Amino acid sequence: MKSTHTKRKQRSVIPGRGLTMGVTITMLSLLILIPLASILTYSFRLSFSEFIELITRQNVVRAFRTSISCALIAALINSVFGLILAWVLVRYDFPGERLMDAMIELPFALPTAVAGITLSKMYSDKGLIGQFFAKYDISISYTKIGLTIALVFIGIPFVVRALQPVIEKLPPSLEESSAMLGASRSYTFRRVILPELTPALLTGFGLALARGIGEYGSVIYISGNSEKNGTQVVSYVIMQKLNSGSADYEGAAAIALVLLIISFLLLFFINMVQLAAGRRAS
Amino acid sequence: MYVQLNHITKKFEDYEAAKDVSLGVEEGRMAALLGPSGSGKTTLLRIIAGLEQQDSGDVLIDGKVVNDVPAGERGIGFVFQNYALFRYMTVYENIAFGLRVQKRKKEEIDARVMELVHLVGLDGLERRYPNQLSGGQRQRVAFARALAPEPSLLLLDEPFAAIDAKVRKELRLWLKNMISQVGITSIFVTHDQDEAVEVADEILVINEGRLEQAGAPIDIYKNPKTSFVAQFIGSSAVLSDFRGLKGFEDVPAGRQAVVRPEFVEAFKSDNEKFKSLIADTESGVITNIAFRGSYLELTLDVNGIQLTTNRSLERRPVHVGNPMCVLIYRAYILDGENTRIYENRRLEGVDVESL
Amino acid sequence: MKNQKKSIVPTLLIGISVVFFVVMLVLPLVIVLYRSLKDGLALYVKAITAPNTLSALRVTLIAASIAVLVNTFFGLCAAWLITKFEFRGRQVLSTLIDIPFSISPVIAGLAFIMTFGRMGWATPFIDWINSTFGTDIALVFSVPGVVLATIFVTFPFISRELIPVMQAQGNAEEEAAAMMGAKGFTIFRKVTFPHIRWTLLYGIILCAARAIGEFGAVYAVSKTRGQTFTLTLEVDALYMAGGADSITQAFAVSSLLVIIAVAILLIKQVVEYRAKRTEEA
Repeated sequence: MKSTHTKRKQRSVIPGRGLTMGVTITMLSLLILIPLASILTYSFRLSFSEFIELITRQNVVRAFRTSISCALIAALINSVFGLILAWVLVRYDFPGERLMDAMIELPFALPTAVAGITLSKMYSDKGLIGQFFAKYDISISYTKIGLTIALVFIGIPFVVRALQPVIEKLPPSLEESSAMLGASRSYTFRRVILPELTPALLTGFGLALARGIGEYGSVIYISGNSEKNGTQVVSYVIMQKLNSGSADYEGAAAIALVLLIISFLLLFFINMVQLAAGRRAS
Repeated sequence: MYVQLNHITKKFEDYEAAKDVSLGVEEGRMAALLGPSGSGKTTLLRIIAGLEQQDSGDVLIDGKVVNDVPAGERGIGFVFQNYALFRYMTVYENIAFGLRVQKRKKEEIDARVMELVHLVGLDGLERRYPNQLSGGQRQRVAFARALAPEPSLLLLDEPFAAIDAKVRKELRLWLKNMISQVGITSIFVTHDQDEAVEVADEILVINEGRLEQAGAPIDIYKNPKTSFVAQFIGSSAVLSDFRGLKGFEDVPAGRQAVVRPEFVEAFKSDNEKFKSLIADTESGVITNIAFRGSYLELTLDVNGIQLTTNRSLERRPVHVGNPMCVLIYRAYILDGENTRIYENRRLEGVDVESL
Repeated sequence: MKNQKKSIVPTLLIGISVVFFVVMLVLPLVIVLYRSLKDGLALYVKAITAPNTLSALRVTLIAASIAVLVNTFFGLCAAWLITKFEFRGRQVLSTLIDIPFSISPVIAGLAFIMTFGRMGWATPFIDWINSTFGTDIALVFSVPGVVLATIFVTFPFISRELIPVMQAQGNAEEEAAAMMGAKGFTIFRKVTFPHIRWTLLYGIILCAARAIGEFGAVYAVSKTRGQTFTLTLEVDALYMAGGADSITQAFAVSSLLVIIAVAILLIKQVVEYRAKRTEEA
């Protein structure tokens, strides 16, 4: 019998493929991709040498150095405290545990500007915490220390939320078998538990770092934005170029492009970590 | 033929699930698509259902080509592996779903659902949710749900896979009776030959995307047409060297052969019943004895060839290391893709059946 | 850690956690409330009923509601597409959707300025629409601009929550419904939706929280206080004005946002609990 059809498209019984594909791609393009592409086209108005000149200016390089180093330190601090917090929340019962669990995400829910002005006042030389340090001639607000503290605040939920589900799923038999084999608790932690948590920890670290490098609202008040002290962050420099009398769009676009590339690299890194972890688990 | 597949092919990226498959199932029959996992049997079922689209070839139901008829309009009831019951609906709502989609009248739906609830023996459980049911009860709901819109064809994907071994046997019988009671043409997929043999009127053996053999269970068992079928059906030993075995001297060199446990007889040298045949036996040694519940499975070493046979518990006890006389009645000789039965030449004229 | 000899480790770890938690997360909240009421209730009331504050509240609510609506619609479509169908580029698509999550909000604002701003390449097109239809659409330095920037930064929030849940769910129930002849929207409404309703609500809450709190992106595209400012921009404006009263007012407005944030966290906790329970059931 002759086949009654020639070639057929892959079709699913579940409806809506064409519709959702259309909606998803249209909205993604209009709202995200096309606007982002504008940054690219704007940067291309510059010649290559102009582009290099713009992004290697001293204040720009300094801002990148500040953003990256402070975000890196904050992400490292968060990895340590995030691990402790996640462990404590999953493994121990204590009064106020559920409140703590709920409030961990405060930095997600609290507007960054509010966090920014509050931290800035709290750590200023007259502030609730700042005054203790002021006695020893240590300023926190309007320095890189303050900036880093703001980034710790912003980044902590990323690490905790990445780790929590993984710790929950760790089979107790893992620790038990290690203990049965005579391992000490610290040895068990280092050699058995930590390797299990590494992918999640790296994901949390990467997300906190990505967020920290691009952060604006929470850092601009506490950092002081002084070019001299090196407390300007990249986002601030971009915003400054937009707001200056003769808005320097090309300059802003060039810096933004570099920042975008860094973000994409981090996003790629996080995806790789998750892919690798998924492969190992299967 | 009520259901017919003509030259179906289907490829998933680099996996060929169906390679030019043609088969048919007659009206009112219960057919089993039997094959190992990855053989493509589930894909064929899903193609019949319209859940998957073949790359080429035709699907005919009741003589009509249904290639372009959407799954929901082919008039097929489908029982999914793990049942895919709607977890957020009660038993009643699950069974009523297909009728509601067809916008039947409320009284009609109610009557039909209650009829089915009664038929599958779930009276009183209509208000339960799927997670409040046992595995067997869920299967009954899935069955009732598939039958509710009065389909003309019922497809079941590994209907017993999600049920524990103990209940499985009981449910097989239940399902077989239920389907013959309803009288609906059915096709089910399974990897379990016992299941296929017990439930189906007809078995379609599928391997690597091809139909190996189709026929009644007894035909498949007695006359395996391909080497795959010979090896897959029944628990068989595959021999690659036959030379030297008494009665099989004529087998051409290099041919493989399949020997089923039923083809092998083992007895002690002082056995009265087989006395006359001792000259035709090989001597072997018991290397392993496994208790299979109602019989013993003996593994025998015959000049380096491993054979298995089943031994009734009623017979004399045997032990590992015992020397035995081993008689091979027949074997399937594999000749390329085909097989043929080769009877032990020395037993010609002996009435083996009466032993 | 059950059945083990008493160890100092849990106490120590809990201690560290509590100190970190109080200093980093609780104290800032207390400070906002304290500073907002420092100069008396009268100033507080004055601050939160000032015309600029009310206008900012209005813009914030408009932007957040539209962002939630748009992203809910998008999130459902994208999650359906990604979890129900196999197609080439599926992984790339799901990564692209997540972009706004990892880039600076300032870049989001910048992107819209460069598309629709004075020098933006889409501006002639908008001008053409305006002159042809006699409309007066402005997509930057306007409320629509604020809305667009808010949608951008909250874009992936709902799809991100839905995708893993729908993936874990599988497609069997939808296929079963389709087998019985159910059509697209019926399948979604009767079969899929009951599984995802709590997750969807959870995503909506996260999206709303982020939309209300967004600062960097809207800062770039909003310039007119009292018209296009959101609450966070109003806080910034009051704080940057620098006077003692004005700073107190900034904290007063902040306290509104703090209350919203805490309320959202509490609702979220309840929803999360429900979502977990239905998932387990």
